[in-house]
Amino acid sequence: MEWLNAVVQGIMLGGLFALFATGLSLAFGVMRFVNLAHGDLAILGAFVAVSVTSALGLNPFVSLVIVVPVMLAAGYGLQLGAFNFTVGADPLPSILVTFGLGVVIQNALLQTYSADSRGLDVGSIEVESIAITDAIAVGWIPLITLAVAITVLLGLQLMLSRTALGRAFRAVSDDPATARLMGINDRNLYAVAMGIAFATVAIAGVFLGIRQSFGPTDGPAQLLYAFEAVVIGGLGSVWGTLIGGLLLGVAHGIGGQVEVSYGYGSGPLLGHLVFLAVLATKPAGLLGRRTE
Amino acid sequence: MTGHRVTRSDRQSTFGLAVSAVLLVVLVLLPWWDGDGSLRVPLVPILYYLALAQMWNLLAGFAGLVSIGQQMFVGIGVYTLLSFAEDFGVDPYLSVLLAGVVAAVLSLPVAALAFRLRGGYFAIGTWVIAEVFRLIALESGFLGGANVRTLTRESLGGYSVDTRNTVTYLMALGLAAGATAILVFVLRSRLGLALRSIRDNQEGARGLGVSVTRAKLVVWVISASWTGMTGAVILLHNPSTRAESAFSVLRWTALVVFIAIIGGVGSTTGPIIGVAIYWGVREFLEDADEWRFIILGLIAAAMAITAPRGVYGLLQKRWAVQFFPVRRRLVGPGIGGPAPGGQSQPAPDAGSTAR
Repeated sequence: MEWLNAVVQGIMLGGLFALFATGLSLAFGVMRFVNLAHGDLAILGAFVAVSVTSALGLNPFVSLVIVVPVMLAAGYGLQLGAFNFTVGADPLPSILVTFGLGVVIQNALLQTYSADSRGLDVGSIEVESIAITDAIAVGWIPLITLAVAITVLLGLQLMLSRTALGRAFRAVSDDPATARLMGINDRNLYAVAMGIAFATVAIAGVFLGIRQSFGPTDGPAQLLYAFEAVVIGGLGSVWGTLIGGLLLGVAHGIGGQVEVSYGYGSGPLLGHLVFLAVLATKPAGLLGRRTE
Repeated sequence: MTGHRVTRSDRQSTFGLAVSAVLLVVLVLLPWWDGDGSLRVPLVPILYYLALAQMWNLLAGFAGLVSIGQQMFVGIGVYTLLSFAEDFGVDPYLSVLLAGVVAAVLSLPVAALAFRLRGGYFAIGTWVIAEVFRLIALESGFLGGANVRTLTRESLGGYSVDTRNTVTYLMALGLAAGATAILVFVLRSRLGLALRSIRDNQEGARGLGVSVTRAKLVVWVISASWTGMTGAVILLHNPSTRAESAFSVLRWTALVVFIAIIGGVGSTTGPIIGVAIYWGVREFLEDADEWRFIILGLIAAAMAITAPRGVYGLLQKRWAVQFFPVRRRLVGPGIGGPAPGGQSQPAPDAGSTAR
């Protein structure tokens, strides 16, 4: 029964991973841009929420109303002011800029907030859960996180397939030169995509902070999980990202249970190994259409 | 059409080689007049950072393999030395060579997985694999788990402190100078030509019969092995370690990347300039680790946007300097020749065409 519980809790954790992966996947899909600061930005979002909640006395859920627009604007501005200069055939400059940015964010957070662990307190709902059987209970917070992840991914999918903005995203993704000829301002569109990516990763960061304690150096681990979810699911597939996140979450759940039962291993280790196994056997991912 | 030939040497590079040779001789002889080790010991980190930066530069600047997982090979080197010297009683200095062998062997399965990814995803992929090695080191009771492990006096084989300081210093010097020499030799070889053709146009290179995967794999193994040996020397310099610091991405990849970018990635001289700048920043901000990362990170990120070839690239744009003879150019009647007065075309180092 504890193993079944590990799987159920893993699925819930997977919702969070999928939420982390959304922005990474979107930026790569639209402009082949890999943001190595993605995880650190999530942690930055969580710390902004810490400051907002303590300054204004807001519930962390309500603080999203401030955190998300702030991060959206930051993503838009950063893409226009910096990242756009590195978009191109050579991936080196974009990797270097975002890697440098991540290290700067981490150390700036250490300077500002110290190395102490923080948490975002949303009140009694944190400990409430729905009992499914005697041994398995699902917490409200993980359930809400999963629901938010699915909503965000569904919204993204609808935006990409149904709206004019989504069409423009797909057009620049397929052929930026021709899209420009059709009157699309690709640079501005990249900034919009990065703004959305920052907004989703800020949501992910705040939910991470509500779910567990976090510190300034936790960003890279979140980047790696997000990346693994994207690759496991398959590049260029929105639903693949969800499946990848859930599978990775289950691996973390089982790995954690292995550690509890046998004293060896850990959730992250099993998660990494599952990712490497998928990479070895299905490099295009489970639902992927192409390798890149 | 008489008198034209392709050359790589010119007066500047001859001068550069002469300066390097003199500098190297001075550095090799340093232990003989540095009695108390006050010069040798602080130079070791500068030298091993140069070795690490050159090896990352070889991957990222010449083979298009932007690795964020170099800490895995440093960590492998550290733990190989610990195991052989501490647990099996092998001579510690022989163990440095074994660290290179172990890192080279382990780099092969890593390549089999990581080479399936491209560009930015290759970068994160190598980072994931480095994490796997760190977590395995943490789990392994044999390697010491989460505990601090120290290279003890017994396993250092009864060498005196002075001898140890000198040998560690000379090994670090050998790794730094050797890394630079490897770059120069690789660039002058057929492999170097293959790498530059891949960097400029991978499909085109493949069409001309360049074995892309083989060229990348050779460079990958060289870099892994040299980085592993450097990791072992890092442990000789600072004999206490644990998995968190042996596999630290900030120390063994982030700083290294910053040094290479600021100095100039894709050139043989750039990382030398970068390491000198790093030394300056370190002296200036002695006890402020976080500020060091913030400042170097900001400079590196800004340079990646505005001056992707670093300080060396900026110098070259202005004066067309070359320090090591790796760039091919045509000389002869009517052609500029060895750039008198710096009027020649500013060409990127190592004969690359448009990137």
